[in-house]
Amino acid sequence: MATARRGNRAFAAAFAQYLARVDPMPRLHRRELLGTAACFVVTQSAAGAVISNMLPWQPNEAKPPTPAKAGNWQFFTHDEGKAAEAIADRIIPPDAQFAGGKDAGCAVFVDNQLAGPYGRREGWYNRPPFKKGLPSQGEQGDKGPAQVWRNGLRALDSLAQGKYAKPFAQLADRDKDQLLHGLEDGTVSLPGADGKEFFQQALKDIQTGFFADPIYGGNKDMVSWRMIGFPGTRYDYRDWVDRHNQRYPLAPVSLQGRADWTEHGS
Amino acid sequence: MRSRFAIPIAAAAVTLAGLAASGCIGLASASPSGMGSHIGAQDQALIARGRYLATVGDCQACHTDNASHGAPYAGGKPVETPFGVVLGANITPDRETGIGAWSDDEFDAALRKGIMPDGGHLYPAMPYPFYAKMTRDDTRALRAYLNTIAPQKRFVDSNRLPFPFNIRALMAAWNFLYFSPGVYAPDKTKPVEWNRGAFLVEGPGHCGACHTPKTWLGGDETSRALRGGVIQGWFASDITGNPDLGTGRWSIEDIVKYLKTGHNRFSAATGSMAETVEDSTSNMSLEDLHAIAVYLKTVPYEQENHRTIAADDTGMKAGKAIYVDSCSACHAMNGEGSANLFPSLAQSPNVRSRDATSLIRITLQGARSVATAGEPTAPGMPTYAWLLNDQQIADVLTYIRNSWGAAEPAVTADQVRDERAALAEKGD
Amino acid sequence: MARKLPHRDAVIIGLGWTGSIIAHELTEAGLDVIAIERGPWRDAPTSYPPTYAQDELRYRIRHELFLDPAQTTFTFRNKMDQEALPIRTWGAFMPPNGVGGGGVHWNAETWRFLPSDFVLKTHLTERYGAKFLPADMTIQDWGLTYDELEPFYDQFEYLCGTSGQAGNLNGKIIEGGNPFEGARSRPYPNPPQKQPFSHTLFAKAARQLGYKPFPQPSGNMSQAYVNPLGVRQGPCTYCGYCEWFGCGNYSKASPQTTILPVLVRKANFRARTNCEVTKINTDATGKRATGVTFVDTSGEEWEQPADLVVLAAYTIFNVQLLFLSKIGKPYDPVSNSGVIGRNFTHQTISDVKGFFDNKKYIFNPFIASGAIGMCIDEFNGDNFDHGPVGFVGGGYMGQVQTNGRPIEATPVPPGTPGWGAEWKKAVRDNYLSSVVPGTGVHGSMYSYRDVYCDLDPTYRDRLGRPLVRITMDFHDNEIKQNKFLTDKFAEIITAMGAREVQKEYRKAPYDITKYQTTHLCGGAVMGADPRTSAINRYLQSWDVPNLFVMGASAYPQNAGYNPTGTLCALAYWSAKAIREQYLKNPGPLVHA
Repeated sequence: MATARRGNRAFAAAFAQYLARVDPMPRLHRRELLGTAACFVVTQSAAGAVISNMLPWQPNEAKPPTPAKAGNWQFFTHDEGKAAEAIADRIIPPDAQFAGGKDAGCAVFVDNQLAGPYGRREGWYNRPPFKKGLPSQGEQGDKGPAQVWRNGLRALDSLAQGKYAKPFAQLADRDKDQLLHGLEDGTVSLPGADGKEFFQQALKDIQTGFFADPIYGGNKDMVSWRMIGFPGTRYDYRDWVDRHNQRYPLAPVSLQGRADWTEHGS
Repeated sequence: MRSRFAIPIAAAAVTLAGLAASGCIGLASASPSGMGSHIGAQDQALIARGRYLATVGDCQACHTDNASHGAPYAGGKPVETPFGVVLGANITPDRETGIGAWSDDEFDAALRKGIMPDGGHLYPAMPYPFYAKMTRDDTRALRAYLNTIAPQKRFVDSNRLPFPFNIRALMAAWNFLYFSPGVYAPDKTKPVEWNRGAFLVEGPGHCGACHTPKTWLGGDETSRALRGGVIQGWFASDITGNPDLGTGRWSIEDIVKYLKTGHNRFSAATGSMAETVEDSTSNMSLEDLHAIAVYLKTVPYEQENHRTIAADDTGMKAGKAIYVDSCSACHAMNGEGSANLFPSLAQSPNVRSRDATSLIRITLQGARSVATAGEPTAPGMPTYAWLLNDQQIADVLTYIRNSWGAAEPAVTADQVRDERAALAEKGD
Repeated sequence: MARKLPHRDAVIIGLGWTGSIIAHELTEAGLDVIAIERGPWRDAPTSYPPTYAQDELRYRIRHELFLDPAQTTFTFRNKMDQEALPIRTWGAFMPPNGVGGGGVHWNAETWRFLPSDFVLKTHLTERYGAKFLPADMTIQDWGLTYDELEPFYDQFEYLCGTSGQAGNLNGKIIEGGNPFEGARSRPYPNPPQKQPFSHTLFAKAARQLGYKPFPQPSGNMSQAYVNPLGVRQGPCTYCGYCEWFGCGNYSKASPQTTILPVLVRKANFRARTNCEVTKINTDATGKRATGVTFVDTSGEEWEQPADLVVLAAYTIFNVQLLFLSKIGKPYDPVSNSGVIGRNFTHQTISDVKGFFDNKKYIFNPFIASGAIGMCIDEFNGDNFDHGPVGFVGGGYMGQVQTNGRPIEATPVPPGTPGWGAEWKKAVRDNYLSSVVPGTGVHGSMYSYRDVYCDLDPTYRDRLGRPLVRITMDFHDNEIKQNKFLTDKFAEIITAMGAREVQKEYRKAPYDITKYQTTHLCGGAVMGADPRTSAINRYLQSWDVPNLFVMGASAYPQNAGYNPTGTLCALAYWSAKAIREQYLKNPGPLVHA
């Protein structure tokens, strides 16, 4: 009798297990009808998503990059923009085949970056106290790139006016280069700004803009990528891994595509 | 490694027999009063059979409102029809707001004749024209199962259709045109398995409810059964034996794997079919899925004769550029994707479909394929709505529809524009 | 006052690699598990799809997938007599954040440590004598052996679909693999990845010099793969946007592509994202964890009670939570006592660039994956006689160049100006014909008495908690090691046919601004002796038996390999002990 009862329990357990495996407990479903949406269960308690039952997903979910705005300066004043363009054209001079920093849009890139979270140093640990540290301890100042550029450009123009009675942008190329070299090696000081710090900031930002995706305002028409032979955002090289020492023939693509994506190539 | 497939019915029957013999009740709590029957040993088998039929029939798809965490079968789920919205009814045994007060005959009449106890007509959103193929015993089993569901007090006003569709009496005319009641009659010239498949597809599986094109009145174009239809914002693909548009190139195993796991070496289920796989077909027995596959491959089809759009067509050239740059990382340069992970565009009925609705929708919104025990990965495709304009989407879709041996009508920028607008309106 | 949530069997802090592994193992054992992750949910189609993942500025330069120092950071100094200052922006390492943790944006270089690495103190003392080791070097044995861990290395590699060539199969040395590796019980689950031109050229040169090069073991799939859980990955397409980036096409092993699809479906698992655990709670005795306290996105505090707590938050966050929860005695370098924060290490990395004739060599550096590479292991661990060279340790070296992304990788020969027409021309002339391995020399960092973590006295995070203070500098041993290895590496680059070679030795002081991998290790080390370790050989806290601490915080010193393979193997090893021993009989698994 006891054996039968144990057997009963075993059968009951097995049956319950079978049911559990096929029983459709109310599941979270993405129903694409009439905009009903409930993939996440935001619990009645803590704020922040709970992942349960299925991988989260919503249609149209994406965080594509925000294209840079060209046309009007977002951050620079008119004069600052002119100075920034002039610096860009010395960092990356134009030549017969490939545009320089100005026409490549490097100043547009920098302008957009400085107007955004990068310029404000968002995401940095910005709490005091700010103390001067060793070089190995990294950046310890409280100025962000936006301030460094603003102070630096003002000081640079001030210096140029003092020496040549012209703003930096209107100097002869060799004079611009001389000033920039001087900032770089510290032989030229900027009034009221750190010349070396400003130069390094400008150099880094302008060259970054030259090579970054054109969506950010620089590298116009993928000029730098065409110059070096970098195919850009392409993602499938399976047919090319084994083709050693052969030039890759396809044109670069950017995050916004390329001309050939549009009929008639215009 | 544990088997990833559900226990076949046979094993469950053994378990049930044991339970029955011991008289041990494992599942149902209170027996519903006023039913006039008590739950006895034989009813366990009946309940299990009813439960399986409910799985095949996918009753939950309309009668459980998952999005709002509704209780099982308590209704309230909005069901989109070409004429507007109806809400799935509460079919729990609650006497006031559910079907607890219905007799078994009344339940049967609803399922197989589309008639409610008060004589009113059901809308064929409740697919009674298909369920009519089931037998009286089938509906008895379904009733027995539904009686074990926890009763829910939830009043559902199903009819949300706009005038004049909200006049149920009009269904009498619709039934005259489109409804022939009667159980499934086996074709004696065909094997048992084929007939089982035909019963499942034409009956409780109600595949044609989505996959058969509809007339302007919403009835089935029976002469073009299972050749694909637009429903709820998706194009449910051709599932006849058509080698280009349907499952003709799929083996029986391919079809079974697709239904069981939502994925096979060519294709992945998404959208409404993802839910069908998850709730219904993945829980069906392998024997039944095999029978369905056997049947589907024999369903007649019409051969279409399009000419492949030339590769030097300007739209094709643009489409190819987009494809190479933007699609090949998953779907590969040769369109073959990766088996069971990224659908093969070269071999997919969805790509070669008569109607490009699903294609356009997936490209615009992205898609998450279904996760099942057999195929849990559920890879997702990203949205391209922000990256490609209407013409570009049209061009790349035209390209994949005319590459690798395919020849299908072009997709136009207007179609894409309309689909964008339709999806925006839906709030997706 | 924190509000209390319903009790769970186990709470896991962090849903990265080890958190996901442990969550899967514990749910398989039937436990009701909740994982609490500080960062957001991540997944390929919605977080890093191949429609915008290929964005060097966003992901490599602005490091969008990583933790923001504003959320939490550390302070740093080289020496104990200096004042530590905050790491205001990342440089030397870049901590992860979000579901998948570092597993989302790692290179997927999947190495095993050497057998001698696990018994380092004993091994080196036996071979060279105790006097050979610097007096302040604090290396220790791990408390377990390579042989014990081998089945779990295997388990992780098969979970991932690691692509590689076995070098030692049950004692048999196989041509083409790493002849120095510990014996493995079966081949890799996938063949090695294809190697681009410069990588094969490196191998050729290495062979000519008498070395035995082999393909780097890679968690980027050489072909489509389905793992034992049924989760699939696609083939790697050598896109060159691997490390720092999420993989857009399911071909890099990560928790998302190997475990989470199965884990999330389990009824007994759930995860909370964007919730930061601030404390592991203990009872009045301090010897039993009762759960955790966390903060949600509204800043509200919650308490998650649980019987078992698993800390899987990444090396230094593990250490931080142990400090803040007052679990384990903090390490004091002066008295050389205490365990939390001791034996903290990083990696000793250097590089050699090679410039080649652009008329003869087209390297296409943009065709690569994160773990591509041809390597040699002759100078790793104790694989060579250190007697004549006067240091211990070493590392693998190889042409492991992963990309040609231009913001970072437009090298110019030494002496070229940094800007101007000459610079522009040099960039153009050298981009396709230069070799920039990156972490070309991947050397060990052994542990020292004065390299450690504690809590900073001044700086706090956004929740008002003290930051962890890192005291770290290179010691002579590692500087010597690095010079030796870098010179050897340069010989091979030269033998490749470079017309010019630029060596970049690693030099002291340790510099927080220069990236040197995110392989921080130690601080809550494992061992046989509770006086010098925080956790036992099963990763169980000596102080709080229902707390297990995963991750590379367990390493008593770092070896000359990437740490992920070993810490995931340890997670499986620990999980087995929890399932088969601890759950049956909760309590200390080791009695010291």
